[in-house]
Amino acid sequence: MNPVASDRLELPSYRHHTEQVRRHLAEIAQRPVVLEVDQLARTFQGPSGAMPALTGIDLEVRRGEFVSVIGPSGCGKSTLIRILAGLDRPSSGGAFIDGVRIEGPGAERGMVFQGYTLFPWLSVMQNVMFGLRMKHVSKARAEEHARHWLKVIGLERFMDHYPAQLSGGMKQRVAIARALANEPRILLMDEPFGALDALTRCSMQKHLLEVHSQVDVTILFITHDLDEAIYLSDRIVVLGANPGRTLEVIDVPVTRPRSPEQFLTGHFLATKKRLEQLIHGTDDAMTSSQHMDLAC
Amino acid sequence: MASTGWLTIREPLPAKARTWVTMASFVLPLVVWCLLSYVPFLWHPMTLVTDPGDVSVAGDYSFIEKDQLVDRDVFAKRNLELSAAGAHLAEGQRANPIYLPAPHEVARAFYTAFTTEPQRRGDYWLHESLWHSCQIIFWGFVYAALFGVPIGLLCGTFSLFSRLFEPFIDFVRYMPAPVFGALAVAIFGLEDAPKVAIIFIGTFFQMVLVVANTTRAIDPALLHAAQTLGASNRQLLQHVVVPAIIPNLYRDMRILIGWAWTYLVVAELIGEKSGISAFIYQQQRYRHFDNVYAAIAVIGFVGLAFDQLLAQLGTLLFPWESGNHAVSRLLRRKSSSSVVGQAPASTAAPAFDDESSGPISEEPVPTMVSRVRPSQEVA
Repeated sequence: MNPVASDRLELPSYRHHTEQVRRHLAEIAQRPVVLEVDQLARTFQGPSGAMPALTGIDLEVRRGEFVSVIGPSGCGKSTLIRILAGLDRPSSGGAFIDGVRIEGPGAERGMVFQGYTLFPWLSVMQNVMFGLRMKHVSKARAEEHARHWLKVIGLERFMDHYPAQLSGGMKQRVAIARALANEPRILLMDEPFGALDALTRCSMQKHLLEVHSQVDVTILFITHDLDEAIYLSDRIVVLGANPGRTLEVIDVPVTRPRSPEQFLTGHFLATKKRLEQLIHGTDDAMTSSQHMDLAC
Repeated sequence: MASTGWLTIREPLPAKARTWVTMASFVLPLVVWCLLSYVPFLWHPMTLVTDPGDVSVAGDYSFIEKDQLVDRDVFAKRNLELSAAGAHLAEGQRANPIYLPAPHEVARAFYTAFTTEPQRRGDYWLHESLWHSCQIIFWGFVYAALFGVPIGLLCGTFSLFSRLFEPFIDFVRYMPAPVFGALAVAIFGLEDAPKVAIIFIGTFFQMVLVVANTTRAIDPALLHAAQTLGASNRQLLQHVVVPAIIPNLYRDMRILIGWAWTYLVVAELIGEKSGISAFIYQQQRYRHFDNVYAAIAVIGFVGLAFDQLLAQLGTLLFPWESGNHAVSRLLRRKSSSSVVGQAPASTAAPAFDDESSGPISEEPVPTMVSRVRPSQEVA
């Protein structure tokens, strides 16, 4: 399994794309832009004056694309996603969904949070129905929808359970179904698997890839886990800290469909090495990848 | 038994121990009371005179009579006087002061209070007094909740109302409710209205602040989640804030109703005395301390029973917190009889694989999402 013969592993360039990947990326580039971020900046008023958390963020996410935002803590990735969700306001610049400026929270941008945010007083089914009920969809239709989405995430059997009766991974799956039931233009995911253990996280990633391949949904995914970002995304936006800014946008050279075996392919490791360099200034891609492989 | 961790920090007691300890919490005070009442050498600072001795002997302490309760040293000094005169000595038993009746006396008073007629015409039976008190509490509390809960909810949700109401409420709540007694009588007259008003004043202001704090303690992530699901401000209040706080609100109300009871005695003694407090006041004047204790114990029992009732009700009302699904099962059984046409949930496999072949694809599920990705068209 381990292809390392000498100390240094010969890796392809992370910019090198196989024909299949090139076709996939070119095909994505044809699709309409769903989310556009234009010179977005956010400054917080700290005790020692203004603190820039994000500066000059530009981003375009196309329909059906899976984009990850990765960066060290303090790079403003959570601030970015909160602004996109409408829970925070940019200091300058703006973000647009289908060309319409984001002014506040809205149902067309679904969000899955890091913490568990299912409504504890509602059953799994009622949680998934929540957004539809807010839109005054009839109860029967909302139930039909909810049943469908529960099936997609594979938790139809648990529809009458309360969130307290579910495991952490199941809760996050319901949260994903709840967001998807609204049929959002984009699904914002703020480190949704951050609170889960390694094994659950691994199966959640698989679930998410499957949902993404089955359902026409655009995903913006925040993470600090390099493997997770490469495993899931078409593109990775790497942010740097102090102030938060874009360091590089990487087109992931790993072919789809994805599987855990790809963790040790040259393209995967090359991408990871580049991410390591950008984020930590080191390149210990090999060692942590083997960890990941064991977990999956 | 001792090694199962009776003193482990923040660990529940072993199940068996829990029952015992709960019982002990009542039994221990009772045991102390019994010891003080029935074991003479423990306390008994008085002497009950059974025989005053030779009453003809004069002295400073010659006032003692049969069946009189006197301090022990008074009794001893009288006997010194008698023995100095070489007369027949007084006899007596050690006894407790009149304000500490023995358990059996209180128990008897408790029984007779419910079975014998009041001493004077126009006096109320104990249960009548108690019922009257419960009504005062009920209305005082209902009015307080009627205004206190919505205002507290608004204060906890909107900074505007918090700024507008809370400073003044903070100012008023430090004023003891009884100081409004005379005012309440002047405004509402002599009967029950001023009493209800005192209960209201005593609980309302605390209630607003307690409810506001409970509301502020909602996990903001729940509100954010609801917002990203498209909930409007009004929907947020109705479908997230209210259900999120209801279990805690219920607990707050349980505590505050205890608060209302503490204002009861003051409330009932203003204007025309009424209720259980009037009963206690009356019995105090007759020096029937056994009746006084019985009445006080009744308040305790009523409070405890009511609180336990509410606690049990709470576990039924909030199954997502208690895990008691009796009510929701009952409701589901009712509703499931009307939807027999639907497939039972257990037959659906919890996997992605059957997603394409499930009943969803043949049903006209009104989903706007196209199930075919653009990439598949190209490939």
